[in-house]
Amino acid sequence: MNKKKQYHLSYAKWGYIFILPFFVTYFIFSLIPLVDTVRYSFFEYYRSGIKEVGPNFIGLENYAELLKSDMIGYAGNTLILWIIGFVPQIVIALLLANWFTDVRLKIRGKQFFKIIIYLPNLIMASAFAMLFFALFSTNGPINSILMSIGLTDTPIDFMGTTFGTRSLIGLMNFLMWFGNTTIMLMAAIMGISPDIFEAAELDGCGSFRRFFSITLPLIRPILAYTLITSIIGGLQMFDVPQILTNGQGNPDRTSMTLIMFLNSHLKSRNYGMAGALSVYLFIVSGILCFFVYRMTNGSNKGASRKTRKGGHKA
Amino acid sequence: MKKRLLAGAMATASIAALLAGCGGSGSSQAAGDATAGGTEGAVINIYSWNDEFRTRLEAVYPEVESTSDDGTVTTLKDGTEIHWVINPNQDGVYQQKLDEALLNQASAADDDKVDIFLSETDYVFKYTDADADVAMPLTDLGIDPDTDLADQYAFTRTTASDQNGVQRGSTWQCCPGLLVYRRDIAKDVFGTDDPAAVGEKVKDWDTLKATAEELKAKGYYTFASYADTFRLYGNSISEPWVTAGETTVKVDPQIMNWINTSKEWLDAGYFDKTVKGQWNDDWNKSMSSSSKVFAFLLPAWGIDFTLTPNWDGEDGAWGVTNPPQEYNWGGSYIHAATGTDNPQHVKDIILALTANKDNLIKISRDYQDFTNTVSGMQEAATDASFASDFLGGQNAYEYFAPVAENIKIAPLSSYDQGCVELIQNAFSDYFQGNVDYDRAKSNFETAIKERYPDITEIQWAE
Repeated sequence: MNKKKQYHLSYAKWGYIFILPFFVTYFIFSLIPLVDTVRYSFFEYYRSGIKEVGPNFIGLENYAELLKSDMIGYAGNTLILWIIGFVPQIVIALLLANWFTDVRLKIRGKQFFKIIIYLPNLIMASAFAMLFFALFSTNGPINSILMSIGLTDTPIDFMGTTFGTRSLIGLMNFLMWFGNTTIMLMAAIMGISPDIFEAAELDGCGSFRRFFSITLPLIRPILAYTLITSIIGGLQMFDVPQILTNGQGNPDRTSMTLIMFLNSHLKSRNYGMAGALSVYLFIVSGILCFFVYRMTNGSNKGASRKTRKGGHKA
Repeated sequence: MKKRLLAGAMATASIAALLAGCGGSGSSQAAGDATAGGTEGAVINIYSWNDEFRTRLEAVYPEVESTSDDGTVTTLKDGTEIHWVINPNQDGVYQQKLDEALLNQASAADDDKVDIFLSETDYVFKYTDADADVAMPLTDLGIDPDTDLADQYAFTRTTASDQNGVQRGSTWQCCPGLLVYRRDIAKDVFGTDDPAAVGEKVKDWDTLKATAEELKAKGYYTFASYADTFRLYGNSISEPWVTAGETTVKVDPQIMNWINTSKEWLDAGYFDKTVKGQWNDDWNKSMSSSSKVFAFLLPAWGIDFTLTPNWDGEDGAWGVTNPPQEYNWGGSYIHAATGTDNPQHVKDIILALTANKDNLIKISRDYQDFTNTVSGMQEAATDASFASDFLGGQNAYEYFAPVAENIKIAPLSSYDQGCVELIQNAFSDYFQGNVDYDRAKSNFETAIKERYPDITEIQWAE
């Protein structure tokens, strides 16, 4: 008996040893840099040419400086670019997921389509952006096609206008991510018990009603997850606009995202300013996550919902 | 128990294998130590962004024994190894890695120290800066620039000098630029493709403007984009972008001239509106036979590396003539890194590659570089064997040599690269009519302060 107990104890010890590598790597490669980022945000610390300046402690000056800069504008750009990509992405993904999981439609070659729609995600974002840059350049193939079928006489300068550049970035983000979202939502829909759909059908429920009253409410946790990951991904949007606009956010810096802004500080190794910007980003994503989490989790738990309602009344 | 021991042994073995992988370069350096001997270090580390310098070195440095197949290690006859540390120039990767290495130079082991590094004209001053002191003065190596490098073009020596006039680098190439034009278009518009006659048509900006109008009447563009002319103006600024010790960017009247002329010329249709800047697909296509662009402003390497690969027609379709204004574009400088443990080798390499006329002529012959020897290039200008088939049998050196002698290099600062890059970007929007003039100005101010946090003010010339 005693021996067996000891065996169990050492088993637990091995458990800790097996998860140790994660914590060690997390501590070294994530936590320490994270703390350093926050620490440097209070310092003046950059490189001028090959000469290092700082680190000198300057308190909240970096934060104040950023608020005076166009940071809010870049945040706006990021939000717009994210919405342009996310809205079509979620609509198309919901539609496709619904069709693919509908037993009555009997779509053939589902596996094939699943692979096809996921493929764009396998291409590196930067390669994708370079491809689009070449396709949509003023003397590129898209313009040649448009001109040869007579839709336009002069080449369209897609990347010369704010609308064109933003649309292209949105289109790329949409193409890259809708497959991923579709597959995630399909998994969610297939997780719903078929009994419910059958019962609804017996009661004469149409497909629209079924989608809005059964599917949508039941996949809400996954939808929320998609939303959260997409917001975080959107806040960090970088490679597509960076490559497409050559890091300039052209025209007139209207497609400059927050991380591109961060990157232009890193060109001069401005760790202080970049750190402050990262802290702002951290706070914003923290708040966003908190809201989305509360919004979606609250309604699933009857108890917490009641208490909140009670709180409102009082 | 046995099993546990075995597992432990396997884990140790795999970790050891991992570590051995990391230490690979270290062990080969140790091997180098054993063979070399002498007081000099066994390894010469050379930082560069491509294999251009290596090929030149292999071609003319007599001490070269062999280079490994992957091009990373060149062995010299005395057993010393040259280790090539190559990082691409794109997105400033090269400078990042070099800066990192130079900042750690003092604490690095002898065989890990940077011995030689290369820089380009756009950022040469960042490294020759006397305050930074990362590139050794040539006199400290035992090279007397006034006698050893007397045959070099004066402007290349000025470019490689710090603010006190101490030369801290040397180059084998010199990059005077010319106007390269399409012979068929010249015939169509001017009735002749003779370089002297075309040269007369483009001899200064006012004449060129009248010529541009002629070209436009026949449906041709003079140049591809506003970025093509930037070097000519940017090379003739009278004050550095940032004066040493100050934190103000001064935008020179010449740059304002470039802005005004570019806008005027673009609106007038002398540039191709669809080409935005250089080094992009549209620019490359404008060098093909289907394009309507009359001329490009390129140095010797530009004809070789850019124009020739993009041209899809017969050889002999292009000609060269004098540019409207003398200018220099590019050039790779060789520097001895402060703290090198191989000063003798470094000195030998610099002298062999930049001060030996025979070697330089050989480079010119084999690689079409315009090399840094005044007398050698004057000879090449009259030597018919330097004629180029691509230029229809024309000897380009005839035009390069006088330009090189007349170049007055603009005063440099360590902020040049950012200023040159960002002002072109900011005003691109203005030229294309996306923003107004003041907005372009303020976009430049924002961008330059982002790039260089120590910049406090921007002064615009009237």
